[in-house]
Amino acid sequence: MAVNFLYPDYEVARNYDRCISCRACERQCANEVHEYLEDSNKMVCDDAKCVNCHRCVSLCPTRALKIVKSNNTYKENQNWTGKTINELYRQANSGGVLLSSMGNPENYPVYFDKILINASQVTNPSIDPLREPMETKVFLGAKPQDIERNEKGQIVNNLPPQISLSMPIMFSAMSYGSISYNAHESLARAAEKLGILYNTGEGGLHEDFYRYGKNTIVQVASGRFGVHPEYLNSGVAVEIKIGQGAKPGIGGHLPGAKIVGDISRTRMIPERSDAISPAPHHDIYSIEDLRQLVFSLKEATDYKKPVIVKIAAVHNVAAIASGIARSGADIIAIDGFRGGTGAAPTRIRDHVGIPIELALAGVDKRLRDEGIRGNVSLVIGGSIRSSADIVKAVALGADCVYIATSALLALGCHLCRSCHGGKCNWGIATQVPELVKRLNPDIGYKRLVNLLTAWQHEIMEMMGGMGINSIESLRGNRLMLRGVGLNEKELEILGIKHAGEGL
Amino acid sequence: MLREGQIRIPSGCAISGMINKSGKRISGEAIIKSISVMHDRSNGLGGGFAAYGIYPEYKNYYALHIFYDSVLVKKECEEFLERHFDIINLSKIPTRKIKEITDEPLIWRYFVTPLQTKLASSQLDEREFVTKCVFRVNTEIKGSYVFSSGKNMGVFKAVGFPEDVGRFYKLEEYEGWCFTAHGRYPTNTPGWWGGAHPFALLDYSVVHNGEISSYDANRRAIEMYDYKCTLLTDTEVITYIIDYLHRKKGLTLNEVASVIAAPFWKTIENMKPEERDTHEYLRMMFSAQLINGPFSILVGFEGGVMALNDRLKLRSMVVGEKDDTVYIASEEAAIRIIEPNLDNIWAPKGGQPVIVCLNGGDA
Repeated sequence: MAVNFLYPDYEVARNYDRCISCRACERQCANEVHEYLEDSNKMVCDDAKCVNCHRCVSLCPTRALKIVKSNNTYKENQNWTGKTINELYRQANSGGVLLSSMGNPENYPVYFDKILINASQVTNPSIDPLREPMETKVFLGAKPQDIERNEKGQIVNNLPPQISLSMPIMFSAMSYGSISYNAHESLARAAEKLGILYNTGEGGLHEDFYRYGKNTIVQVASGRFGVHPEYLNSGVAVEIKIGQGAKPGIGGHLPGAKIVGDISRTRMIPERSDAISPAPHHDIYSIEDLRQLVFSLKEATDYKKPVIVKIAAVHNVAAIASGIARSGADIIAIDGFRGGTGAAPTRIRDHVGIPIELALAGVDKRLRDEGIRGNVSLVIGGSIRSSADIVKAVALGADCVYIATSALLALGCHLCRSCHGGKCNWGIATQVPELVKRLNPDIGYKRLVNLLTAWQHEIMEMMGGMGINSIESLRGNRLMLRGVGLNEKELEILGIKHAGEGL
Repeated sequence: MLREGQIRIPSGCAISGMINKSGKRISGEAIIKSISVMHDRSNGLGGGFAAYGIYPEYKNYYALHIFYDSVLVKKECEEFLERHFDIINLSKIPTRKIKEITDEPLIWRYFVTPLQTKLASSQLDEREFVTKCVFRVNTEIKGSYVFSSGKNMGVFKAVGFPEDVGRFYKLEEYEGWCFTAHGRYPTNTPGWWGGAHPFALLDYSVVHNGEISSYDANRRAIEMYDYKCTLLTDTEVITYIIDYLHRKKGLTLNEVASVIAAPFWKTIENMKPEERDTHEYLRMMFSAQLINGPFSILVGFEGGVMALNDRLKLRSMVVGEKDDTVYIASEEAAIRIIEPNLDNIWAPKGGQPVIVCLNGGDA
C-alpha cells in the first residue's frame, strides 16, 4: 500500500435500513465489488474495485444503493488536481501508458451548446409536421458534374451508387470484438427497422449478420481484419478507416483475451492473439496511395458501392478532406475529438484532435470555396448527443451524422468509461458469455428504434419551426444558427452570426 | 443604416404578369393597372416591372440598364463597358418627375454586343461572357449596378409603390408581349433602388412573393458555381438557380420546376417507373437547389413566362386566360381589373408549374 494506495474516486453508499442482503448486487457485479458476509448476514463492498457503472444501483430491488463522489481530497490545488496526482502515481507505479475508454471527458468547449437555432415568426409560416409532409430522407454518395440525355432527350441516370437513409443518422463503427454479439445484433436490427445503416467497424462481419447487408457499412481498417471479397460485397458501402476521433494518429489494440471463438474466426486471426491495427495503413503513406486503395475497393465491389473515407478531426482537416474529395471517395466521414472508443491512451484521447463543430465548419467551407462540396457527401461524428446537435450539424454543413456513444447509452451503457477492462456489466463491451447475455437484442434493438424515432420527431419539429420541410434545405443553411458567448474568431470559423444579430 | 446587400431583408409582396401567346405587343398601361389593385400588398419600399419584346429595333443586342450613384462612377463603368463591348446606342432611360418617387440615381441604358476579340480570348460563350461582365460591374465598380441585361427586354424598378414606379418610367409608352410586375413589402427599409424587383440576369427575370427558408443553403450552394449574391435577397438567389439549371445545366423549365419545387418523396414513390426515375434523379442530383418555404414566382425568359408556387402552396397565385392572353397574379382582382370576361381562371397546385410560351416556342 503506502504510496501506491489511491483512494477510490467513487464510493458505494449502501442504506442498510433498506438492504435485505438479497445478494443481487453481488451477482451483478463482474468487478466483484460486493461481498456477502454470512456470519453477520451483511453485504459489504470494496469501493476500489467499483467502476461506477450503475449496474447494481439499477438492479437493487430495494433501492438501497447509490454511488457518490468521494470527498476524500488532497490539499486543493488548481494546477495539481487530485486526478493529475493520481495518474502520476499510477504511472510511477506501473511504468505504463494510461488507458481510457469512451470519449474525451475533459472541460473543453462544446460548441453545439453555444449555438442556437432559428424559428419562423410572421413573415414566413412555420410548418406543423403533424399536418404537413416533413422529409428527413437523405442520400449519400458522389455526384457527377453534368447531366446526360439519351437520343430521345430523356435524362439518363449517371449517378454513382448512392446510399438511401430515412433520416440523417447512422450508427458509427464499433467492431465485433470491441462490443458483443448481442450489441451488434441490436444495432443491425435497429438499422434495418429504421431504414438506416450500421457499421461493422474493423473486426469483420459475423456470418449471422450478412442478412442485414442492405443496412450495413463494412469497414476496412489498417489491420484488415476479416476483410475478404464476400465481406466487401456484403454491405451497401465500404468505409476506409484512416483515423478515429478518440485517438487520431494511432492504431488499435484488441487484447488477445477478447479474441475468442467467433471473434477469432470473424477476424481471421488465431484465438488469444492480440489484434493490433497499425497506426497508418501500410499501403497508404500519402494521398495518392489513398486513391489506389479507394479504387482497389471499387474494383473489388464492381463500382457498385460508395466508398467512405473516415478521418479524425485534426488541425489540417479541411485540406485533407479536400484531398480525399479528389481521390475518388464518395463520402467523407470526420470524427471529432470527443468521439468514443473501446480503449485509447488517455493522453491522446484527451489532448489530440479538435472539436467536430469547428472541423465540420472548416471542411464544409473549404470544399465550397473549391467548388467541390456538391461532389461528395459529408458525414460527421464525435459526440452527437441529441436531435438538436444533429440539426446544428446539418445546418453547419453535414449531410448526415454518425452516432455511437448515444446508441450504446440506449443499450444500457452508463458511461463508466471502463470498456478496456472487458468486464462490461451491461453486456455491451465484453465477450464474457454470462455478461453478454444480459443484453437482450430483442429489447436492445427496440430501444435504439425508440431513440431514433424520437430524435426524428424532434428534428421534424425543429425543421418545421424554421419553415423547412425537407432536410436538404437545412444542409449548410448557417443563417439558421446563431452563436452565444463565442468570440469573433470562433464565429468566423463556424461561419455564423452572434445571437442578437439579424439576417 | 445598412444598404441592401450588406444586410438581408425579407419581404412580402404582390406579383402580377401577363403574356400574349401570339406575340402581339400591348402597352404597359395594363400591367400598371393590374398591380395597382394590390396596393395594400406593398408598402412603398419597392416596385418594378419586367417587359419583354420592347426593343424590337435592337433585338440582337444586350440591353444593359444601369443605376449610377454619381457621374464619376458612370465614367468608370462606361470605360469598362467600352473595353468589353461594342456600344451601339446609349441614352438616359426616360423618366417623369413625380412627387412619389424621389432620390433617383442616374439611370442609363446601353445596347451592346461583346467585342469579338475579347469574347474569343475569354473562351466563354457569349451569354457567359455577358454574365461575367455584369457580375464584375456589380461587385467591383462601387456605385454602379446593372439591373437588366437581356435582349429585347428590360427591367424598370425603383423604391416606391409599383404604380408610381410605372408612371415614373413612362411604362405606358413601351409595348411588349409579356410583362411582369412586383410590389414589395420589405420588413426593413432598404432605401436602395437595386434591391427592388424584378431581379434579372440575361433574359431571365424573376418576381417573387415570399420568404424562402432555404436561403442560406441555396446561396452557399450557388456561390460554388461562380455566382455572387450581392443583394442577399431571395429573388436574386432564385434567379441564379434558374439560370444555373436552365442555361448552364440544360434542364427544361419543367425539370427546373421539379428541382426547385420538387415533389415529395411520397408522391415520387407512386409515380410511373420512368417518371419516378427522373424525379428521383433530379432530387438527388440537385438537392441543394430545392427551394423551401413560401414562394410564388413569375420567371420571364426569352420565349415566355413560368409561374410556380412552393410545394405546399404557402402563397396565393391564380392564373386566368382570355383568348391568346394568359394572366397570372397574387390575387384574382388584379386580373379581373384588366380582363373582366375571362375564359377560365384557376389556382395552380403547389409545385405545379404553369409555363406559357409564345406560339411555336418551347421551354
